[in-house]
Amino acid sequence: MKYDFLSRRLLLKRVIALSMLVAVEGLIPACAVTHTIADPGSQTALSGEVIDLTISEQLFRLDGRTGMAMTINGTIPGPVIRLKEGQLATLRVTNRLEESTSIHWHGILLPPVVDGVPGVSFAGIDPGSTFTYQFPVKQSGTYWFHSHSGGQEMLGVYAPMIIDPIEPAPFSYERDYVVMLSDWSFESPETLFSNLKKQASYYNFQKRAAGEFFADVGRMGFWPAVQNYLMWDQMRMDPTDFADVTSYSLTYLMNGFSPGDNWTGLFQPGERVRLRFINAAATTFYDVRIPGLKITVVQADGQNIQPVAVDEFRIGVAETYDIIVEPVEDRAYTIFAETIDRSGYARGTLAPRTGMAAAIPERRPRPLRTMEDMGMSMEGMGDMKDPHAGMTTHEVEPTGDIQTMKPSDDNPHREHGSGVQPEQGLQPTPARDADDQGRSKIPAAEPVKHSSDDHGPGNQMVAEYSQNRLGEPGRGLEDSGRRVLLYTDLKSLVPYPDQRDPDREIELHLTGHMNRYIWSFDGKKYSEAKEPIRFRYGERVRLTFVNDTMMEHPLHLHGMWMHLENGAGAYLPRKHTVIVKPAERLSVAISADAPGRWAFHCHLLLHMEAGMFRVVEVLEP
Amino acid sequence: MNGPGASTGCSERLVAAALVFLLGDGTVVPVIAAPPSLESTATATTPNGKVPAGSTGSKASVTLGPSTMQEGTRPKFVPPGDWPAPVNDQEHRLFTLVDVLEFRPKTGAGQSNGYRWDVEGWYGGDYNRLWFKTEGQKGTAFKADYDVDFQLLYGRFIRKYYDLQMGGRVETQSFKGSNVTRGLGVIGIEGLVPYDYDVEASLFIDQNGAVSGRLSLTKDLWLTQRLILQSRFETNAAVQRVEEFTTGSGLNNMEFGLRLRYDIRREITPYVGISLDKSFGETASLVREDGGDPSQIRFAVGMRAWF
Repeated sequence: MKYDFLSRRLLLKRVIALSMLVAVEGLIPACAVTHTIADPGSQTALSGEVIDLTISEQLFRLDGRTGMAMTINGTIPGPVIRLKEGQLATLRVTNRLEESTSIHWHGILLPPVVDGVPGVSFAGIDPGSTFTYQFPVKQSGTYWFHSHSGGQEMLGVYAPMIIDPIEPAPFSYERDYVVMLSDWSFESPETLFSNLKKQASYYNFQKRAAGEFFADVGRMGFWPAVQNYLMWDQMRMDPTDFADVTSYSLTYLMNGFSPGDNWTGLFQPGERVRLRFINAAATTFYDVRIPGLKITVVQADGQNIQPVAVDEFRIGVAETYDIIVEPVEDRAYTIFAETIDRSGYARGTLAPRTGMAAAIPERRPRPLRTMEDMGMSMEGMGDMKDPHAGMTTHEVEPTGDIQTMKPSDDNPHREHGSGVQPEQGLQPTPARDADDQGRSKIPAAEPVKHSSDDHGPGNQMVAEYSQNRLGEPGRGLEDSGRRVLLYTDLKSLVPYPDQRDPDREIELHLTGHMNRYIWSFDGKKYSEAKEPIRFRYGERVRLTFVNDTMMEHPLHLHGMWMHLENGAGAYLPRKHTVIVKPAERLSVAISADAPGRWAFHCHLLLHMEAGMFRVVEVLEP
Repeated sequence: MNGPGASTGCSERLVAAALVFLLGDGTVVPVIAAPPSLESTATATTPNGKVPAGSTGSKASVTLGPSTMQEGTRPKFVPPGDWPAPVNDQEHRLFTLVDVLEFRPKTGAGQSNGYRWDVEGWYGGDYNRLWFKTEGQKGTAFKADYDVDFQLLYGRFIRKYYDLQMGGRVETQSFKGSNVTRGLGVIGIEGLVPYDYDVEASLFIDQNGAVSGRLSLTKDLWLTQRLILQSRFETNAAVQRVEEFTTGSGLNNMEFGLRLRYDIRREITPYVGISLDKSFGETASLVREDGGDPSQIRFAVGMRAWF
């Protein structure tokens, strides 16, 4: 967007706002207001054969400050769209901005021309014009939609989409709420991006400073502490690097409410409450728990899974999880969504009556990256193996619920090339016994040595050894003492029809340079690699991601499901967005059943904008 | 973040259109972009019927047909050339770092109040940048009056941590009312070495062939999340004696400084500092002849900023 334009508009709008404060009230999320005051049982939703959406600039008021936002139908988040599986959806999107816009239906299977990515599926929606999206609804579950133009998503252009199934859900509940997590900054996306390009640690106010060093000396001893700090300096890495943008600039929102404004969902004690969590944040991973309640995860990315009971789950940017909770006591429960870097949290409440609140938990200490996150060799590292050991300050001792990977017959140190060439001599693929609910082999159960390709100057490091980390809860959750949802817990409720072994593997490396805030695949930004990644129509192809960076990346493929190869045999879960952990090698199987050009990218908005983006093209036979 | 051309293109106007592009080799390639639907058909062929070479690396925001066609396969859809780029990862930015901007009160007889600046910055993208640097000082041990220099360099990002820089430098000194100026060629490297030291090393050749060099190292020590101690080391050396610039051959000087700054914002950081500056050998003699003091301790108060 044009920055000068925004400033001018901001000035104009502020003048108007002085005389029309009422207009500001309209920006308080309508869905939340409605269900907490008028109809606690449901959130206002748009449904029917034809739905009209308008994207416009609006003032957004949060915790006493006012900023410029871009909204769908005037609210943040935009209105819930509720469709029925099997219907024909017609969505007319009108652009009232002074710049081009777009809407992408995240996780929805549809023809490529209505996928809504400017430059890949269409030209975008010009100012003043209306674009009509029309597609048959072929799935059900919890999804969302958002702008795919520049930084608009971060400015508020996102909203939930619920598709009710034809067949009744395999679980029951009396209450149904969307819990949409997001992040808001009063700085423009351009400013955030520019600050990170100029000083990558701009927003990190949790660096290891002198006080922590002396505490570590006390805990670890002088030499081990000095060695540890020098080791990170020697590598020119920062072990506190968890979030590019932190609470220094962000306010973390739940259904558009700040923690202080406390979004509240009502229940009667004894009711089963379905919560549809959607992470619509531009850059924030959340760890979600509801102290006092056991969480049963029933859907992941809109897809039914075999129910898993957990205490906490990590939701990456753009993922969705549907959970069931059964509050029996007549009291309030806090929905606590702590950010991955622990610099802040989103918060809401489940309560029998409005105006109630429960205790807000203490935030946990900021975690640290370890050598494992760097993909350092696990052999011969001696005491370097885990510099994190002895440095944690968690009050709970580890419970050991981290699953141990079973050794496999796979050659542990096979060399892999990189790039998108089909691999000859594929490794064995997971067993396909439909009756076997037991674990099948997970690709890359043993460390795989990185090839000699260092992906050029724009890539800071490589994971010398990468392996799957699907059985790990993720950095910062390993010692929580709680049962945390693992990717290996995700098993589809029913086996999906295409049970073929992939006959081709495409390996893609996640690369970047933290110091210059460069993000890319295989060391090349999108502008340096515009040629699409090609799938043949009808083929079953394995995409293997190798994360050569020290950050988690939520990878999103448009148009087709990614079947997460997590050892669930015939019950591989399908996802539209998968988190790839640092130094992880993770595989997904894809049935290339959607001809056309599709976007594939990291869903951290600024990583995508920095170049971590590709076009996938499914070629017709 | 939308790139140039973001405002162009209207989906409703995406009716069948024939677009003609000139390839680099002058071949005229018609691309027929049909309505953007699943049923659309698109062709991308040269007059002789051959599939054109891939467009990788082409500046044009159009992707032609695939360069390696599978037997009988072709995409059903070719994006028209007036579509915007899906992401804009090639933005150019302007960065200016005022690393040192300080006042140095006189601390002894024969000294005057001094000041100093050290500013650098760049304009460009992630890999190629136009760098500018300026340093200046008054009342330092190295020279009695003014010393100002300016560099303009092209820099390329190499080896993951360094900018290789080449360009020119102009240096002006004034001493007892008379000015001297010289032009120099510069080749240098700037970046982050292991253990997180920012290093800048430059080699200069002036218009008369005199060779000199400069090395500086800085490191930040985080006392708190906002209170940062920067240590700074700088040294100059020359091959030839250039008397009018008070430069002897061999090691000229070494300076070690500590600056304690406070991040009001990351961009705005006032500081106090102390620096120890010592000239050596021929240079020290020249400084003494000029009435200067070859060994000084100076205090400083200043402001570091970037934008």
